[in-house]
Amino acid sequence: MKVKAKSLDHIATFLLTTIAVLIIGVLVLMVGYILTKGYDKFTFDFLTSPPNISEAGGGIGPQLFNSFYLLVLTMIIALPLGVGAGIYMAEYAPNNKFTQYIRISIEVLSSLPSIVIGLFGLLVFVTMTGWGYTLLSGALALTVFNLPLLVRITEDALRNVPPSQKEASLALGISKWKTITSVMLPAALPGIITGSILASGRVFGEAAALLFTAGMSSPDLNFNTFDLNGPTSPLNPFRPAETLAVHIWKVNSEGLTPDARDVADGAAAILVLAVLLFNLFARWFGTWIYNKITSGARR
Amino acid sequence: MSHQGTEGTLLTNNVQTNNIENATAVTAIQQKLTTRNRNIYRENLFGRIVALICAALLILLVLSITYFIASKGLSTFFVDGVSIKEFLTGLKWDPEDEPAQFGVFPFILGSFLVTLLAAVIAAPLGIGAAIFMTEISPGFGKRVLKPVIELLVGIPSVVYGYVGLTLLVPFIREQFEVLGFSVLAGGCVLALMILPTITSVTTDAIEAVPQDLRNASLALGATRWQTIWNVVLHSALPGCLTAVVLGMARAFGEALAVQMVIGNTTKLPESILDPISTLTSGITLNMGNTIAGTPYNNALWSMALILLLMSFAFIMILRIMGRKKLSNR
Amino acid sequence: MLVNEAQQTVIKTTDLSVYYGEKQALKQIHMDIERNSVTAFIGPSGCGKSTFLRSLNRMNELIPNCRVEGSIQIDGIEVNTDSVPIEGLRKTVGMVFQRANPFFKSIYENIAFAPRFHGMKNKGDLDHLVEQSLRKAALWDEVKDRLHDSALALSGGQQQRLCIARTIATDPAVLLLDEPASALDPISTLKIEELIVELKDEYTIVIVTHNLHQAARISNQTAFFLMGELVEMGNTSNLFTSPQDKRTEDYISGKFG
Repeated sequence: MKVKAKSLDHIATFLLTTIAVLIIGVLVLMVGYILTKGYDKFTFDFLTSPPNISEAGGGIGPQLFNSFYLLVLTMIIALPLGVGAGIYMAEYAPNNKFTQYIRISIEVLSSLPSIVIGLFGLLVFVTMTGWGYTLLSGALALTVFNLPLLVRITEDALRNVPPSQKEASLALGISKWKTITSVMLPAALPGIITGSILASGRVFGEAAALLFTAGMSSPDLNFNTFDLNGPTSPLNPFRPAETLAVHIWKVNSEGLTPDARDVADGAAAILVLAVLLFNLFARWFGTWIYNKITSGARR
Repeated sequence: MSHQGTEGTLLTNNVQTNNIENATAVTAIQQKLTTRNRNIYRENLFGRIVALICAALLILLVLSITYFIASKGLSTFFVDGVSIKEFLTGLKWDPEDEPAQFGVFPFILGSFLVTLLAAVIAAPLGIGAAIFMTEISPGFGKRVLKPVIELLVGIPSVVYGYVGLTLLVPFIREQFEVLGFSVLAGGCVLALMILPTITSVTTDAIEAVPQDLRNASLALGATRWQTIWNVVLHSALPGCLTAVVLGMARAFGEALAVQMVIGNTTKLPESILDPISTLTSGITLNMGNTIAGTPYNNALWSMALILLLMSFAFIMILRIMGRKKLSNR
Repeated sequence: MLVNEAQQTVIKTTDLSVYYGEKQALKQIHMDIERNSVTAFIGPSGCGKSTFLRSLNRMNELIPNCRVEGSIQIDGIEVNTDSVPIEGLRKTVGMVFQRANPFFKSIYENIAFAPRFHGMKNKGDLDHLVEQSLRKAALWDEVKDRLHDSALALSGGQQQRLCIARTIATDPAVLLLDEPASALDPISTLKIEELIVELKDEYTIVIVTHNLHQAARISNQTAFFLMGELVEMGNTSNLFTSPQDKRTEDYISGKFG
């Protein structure tokens, strides 16, 4: 009996270790596969030139730009809303039904399939507004997609600020609002920034919510203009914009060019690389700003 | 408020009664105490209202999403006259036929099949990884496995779909001499995508098991595995279930990664090696090609409504499980 | 402008009771606190001395379910009421906490933050006030060359003196000190004690302490709390040499606590 239990123990340990190794192996395999396959596409030309519809040799320049621009637009809209709601949840929300409804709403929003959010965007931000497929519609859909996460990040970061900070400020006769904005938020900043960068990675790679909001095509962008209105000006928020993630999907499902696979390889590699960088940057920045704020404080 | 029992004495009265000799003079302290700064009051109110509006926006979003998806999705039944029963159980999907056939059962079946398959694959792996990280090798787990899992969360779903399309589908094609696009491929891709969710939630649950329980079991002569199986997993079971349901909720709503690898046919599959469609893949492929307001288009919105309702259902299940967990303690 | 100098009592509480939910933490406390003196609160943990202290600037409001009933008058003004603006009260009755809690800001900003909020905008005035406050807290010489460094880089004792300077900067009349030296080493503790004795010329100081010797060394008046009651209060030397109540005697002779 004792021997059997012992050997069972060994088998279990072996199995669990195998699982761990397997998972690491799959990730390494996957990331390695994508990066090596797309490696020869890491050229300036591929990253900057527009795609070619009928022949080989097109790039992903506009898509890359669109992805970043859409991310910036989304964050400009979503961050203030998310931080505001996070402040409410951490500092004001009384223990009542209304707060419960907000909590349920956060849960619902964060578990909604992104395609459903995309369809909502299609209905409200594309059709009802009459804008058509635009960057702004995409940014608003991504705001809906991203908002619950930002609220949670802000709320957690504020709750992790030592209560003594708040006490110190209130005891000096500082008002509650000033305490939140000038004492609590700066102290919560490392958490909010790290979380937001990770959230950015998610936004950067999102496609399903964008298919029917920012659209699946991009005009021929003229990078020599900073005009906000022209149909081909890159910064115009009221133009359709296909992002990198959407491009990968589109090339694979309806790619007509002979080198569609190559383009997808390159685009996927860039996308994974970007997400890896977001991840690393978030970790590094979180530590850096923490050290900066506490500047060698004794812990 | 918390300040009762002061009988609301008027300040001015107080000042006067306490300074009988010098009824009009006010001490510096008294002045400081009673000077009210209107700006502070206004600023506080402003901040509170702004924060409240942001929070209320969340409720508004949920309500309007529900309203808009439902109003479009219900028109299949109330405008186009398709019966709900026929819609949900009909096996034939041919919206361009005369008369059009709107049976979405194949899509619903597809969604459930890939979700279940994903859960069956990912649950043991995810829970196993969580046990490894907490019980077997916490050091290695924290340093290597945890970052790896966090990276898996970050990888975009189109990339999962793309890897599935270029690696997994050809692999299945060669191994089993079938098309390759299949329930199996969809399940595997989804399993990988929900693995991080399951692992991290399970890890939290296992870490919440008191160390005393483990020590007691080990002290009784149980092996590590016996302790894990009988004590740790037993206490963490509700957490593990929550983790799996959370993963399934994510799998059910995933669109592009699945769509890229499952073949998208509305024929009912005979085995997991056959292609299939899901609700999400049906919507993604056809929403752009149909004209708003047509019965075909409305049927797609009805499918979106099913997705939305399923998402609500998952949340209800999670809430009920969460409440159980609380009452058990 | 300053009248009423003759009036010795600056804080007067009548029937002050504090409840945490159902539990009564303080039972009808009557107390008079003298102007420009040091009053020490002693008693075992959980006796209510900190709760009483935190009632005086309404910090108990931060605790959910906490109710403060009864009257607190400062210079004759009832302050346990919402009709007194809380910002004004806390500016007048400053507080220093058990653990030094400087803001995650520079030394200068730690001090200038509150005065600026309360309306002092002029850079020169602020500079002057920062220096004055740091001097009063006996910290100026140690930090004058690094005012714009993070306050968290200071040692524990320096941080606590910074917190005192920060409180002084709002020009309070009363300083509430909640075991200000309990987390510090003996030398830092000594510096804080010297500081307190110096500051009493200008401020009314109320200090909660676990340390009976500390109370005996620095305070003029001592109040002994036990299980939510004010057992005895009086001149410090009298209370320590000839306590009136048996419980006080037991406590100061070390029979319990």
